[in-house]
Amino acid sequence: MAVVFDRTQGLAEKQFHYCPGCTHGIIHRLVGEVLEELGVLGDAIGVAPVGCSVLAYDYFNCDMHEAAHGRAPAVATGIKRVLPEGVVFTYQGDGDLASIGTAEIIHAAHRGEKITTIFVNNAIYGMTGGQMAPTTLIGQKATTAPYGRDAVDTGMPLRMSEMLATIDGAVFVERTTVHNVAGIRKTKKAIKKAFEVQLAGLGFGIVEILSTCPTNWGITPVESLKWLEENMIPYYPLGNFRTPEEGK
Amino acid sequence: MPKRKGKVIFTEDRCKGCELCTTVCPVDIVKMNKSRINVKGYHPATVDEMEKCIACGNCATICPDVVIKIETIEEEK
Amino acid sequence: MDKVLMKGNEAIGAAAIKAGCKHFFGYPITPQNELPEFMSRELPKIDGVFVQAESEVAAINMIYGAAGTGARVMTSSSSPGIALKQEGISYLAGAELPCVIVNISRGGPGLGGIQPSQADYYQSTRGGGNGDYRHLVYAPATLQEAVDLTIEAFDIADYYRNPVIVLGDGMIGQMMEPVEFKEPKKRDLPDKDWTTTGTKRNRKPNIINSLALDPAELEKHNIKLDKKYKTIEEKEVRHEMYKMDNAEVVLVAYGTTSRIVKNAIDALEEEGISVGLIRPITLWPFPYKAFAEIPNTCKALLSVEMSMGQMIDDVKIANEGKLPVHFYGRSGGMIPTPEAIMEKVKEIWGGAK
Repeated sequence: MAVVFDRTQGLAEKQFHYCPGCTHGIIHRLVGEVLEELGVLGDAIGVAPVGCSVLAYDYFNCDMHEAAHGRAPAVATGIKRVLPEGVVFTYQGDGDLASIGTAEIIHAAHRGEKITTIFVNNAIYGMTGGQMAPTTLIGQKATTAPYGRDAVDTGMPLRMSEMLATIDGAVFVERTTVHNVAGIRKTKKAIKKAFEVQLAGLGFGIVEILSTCPTNWGITPVESLKWLEENMIPYYPLGNFRTPEEGK
Repeated sequence: MPKRKGKVIFTEDRCKGCELCTTVCPVDIVKMNKSRINVKGYHPATVDEMEKCIACGNCATICPDVVIKIETIEEEK
Repeated sequence: MDKVLMKGNEAIGAAAIKAGCKHFFGYPITPQNELPEFMSRELPKIDGVFVQAESEVAAINMIYGAAGTGARVMTSSSSPGIALKQEGISYLAGAELPCVIVNISRGGPGLGGIQPSQADYYQSTRGGGNGDYRHLVYAPATLQEAVDLTIEAFDIADYYRNPVIVLGDGMIGQMMEPVEFKEPKKRDLPDKDWTTTGTKRNRKPNIINSLALDPAELEKHNIKLDKKYKTIEEKEVRHEMYKMDNAEVVLVAYGTTSRIVKNAIDALEEEGISVGLIRPITLWPFPYKAFAEIPNTCKALLSVEMSMGQMIDDVKIANEGKLPVHFYGRSGGMIPTPEAIMEKVKEIWGGAK
């Protein structure tokens, strides 16, 4: 009798507060598993954003900071610059990273900060109740886009991975999804690679993970998986945008 | 090579009844237990036909609340 | 200890290094540019770290991260840049993180000017961030005092686990004066068992955080912080009294303005008018108690500031309505002259006779 799947040491005991079916929980688990498998839990220092995952500081089994909205990459820079051997990561939502925090994420990448960013894109502001985010899709309804997002007024949704991939300091940029098992497994590989890039001191790494928000999308958790596949993936193509050449 | 057999263990009170696990089981044995409610007030996920489980881990992989633990069972020769 | 002729901005940088600061996060803004420039030259020599952030907002949040690891950290800026840091300073106070923030202030409001000014008094002493928080504000009048107070600021920050502001102005930053770098007063600093340096799997995770969604928890935290601030008010207030014996008018001024006031006082003394000065060295906590020592020969108070009048509020609080309180100030970067101050005193003194 062998255990093939069990709770990772990378997570604290505390139960997640996330809504039923919210895939934040999956992503938390993947980060915890990767930190444990890489054997770096004891050196890990994470930075939680402001958003649904603001309480992430209670969920990871490592030292944590809670940062001001959008400023996690700057906080992480401060930590990493003092503790180069620390394994420093930020965990951010799309409101935090793609809206108020765009300068911080672009400049952390631009400086090639040796930190790892887990970027959860669910195309909406979750914690504050469903407002439009820069990643909200055209036509998608939100509490501040009640008639559906309109590109004329609000521009086109922001593709952060493609933008960050133009920055040399961002040596690893990948977009994945957690709306199905295959995607979850690929996400874990990408997260692991991003941390390995940090451990090798190669530069800044980010994994953009398409994620669901059943509550604010106004559909069931199971329907959310389908909605993500049919609406988000066409606009946010999955794949790797940048990775250090092998052997480097 | 005998088919791997597994056992699925639910920490029932962590389940929020989101049903994601029921959509990924290749042998379609993960169901919501409509006859009971857990401490959070949800119908928890469960498996009745455990003998069909092949320990693939899909349900545990997609569970957002780390409810599911999976073990393999030695096949009696 | 021999003295070194240095520019204020650089002297403050050197003082920080003397105090063990090896990590500096800054951003260009006149009139404090020589400080980050100095740190970018000097810190690599002692394998310290200088980072030019993308904005003052980013810089203060880098401070938040770095301070969380227990390192001695500093940032500097000037007025509008310090305005951008206010949210971060509120977070630093809420999360109880020690750090030193230098403001070499300039004329405002808005983009204002780049000449010296004291119009950040409210911002510094009342705070521009959200919530009930305070932080010590040092107001050096000379470069030597700026050096001493900067070195002291790091101990105070660690001792109380709180940000500390060193408030100079364009003159303090740009002037050159001889300075020496002395050891600060010995304090036994609490050890930093709260830092996020990695659990090494042998302790529970440490969390640096200012969020408390449970109101009872947040109130408890506010009460705890308030106790800290009351202790600072009691123990760390500092001021200087100058020629107060039988003063007929008492002036209140800090920083470089207080030096000009002293010249005016000396000149008035020769004209037989005895005038005293209360010089706050800490703007918060404000030296309210010093006003109890004002001799009863005193007929009036005069607040002299390089602003349109902000510290005058605290002078009125300290005065408790006893004496008439007057104001003289220049703003926008204009510097008050001794003669103008003397004239104002005579006007008051004449009126009060």
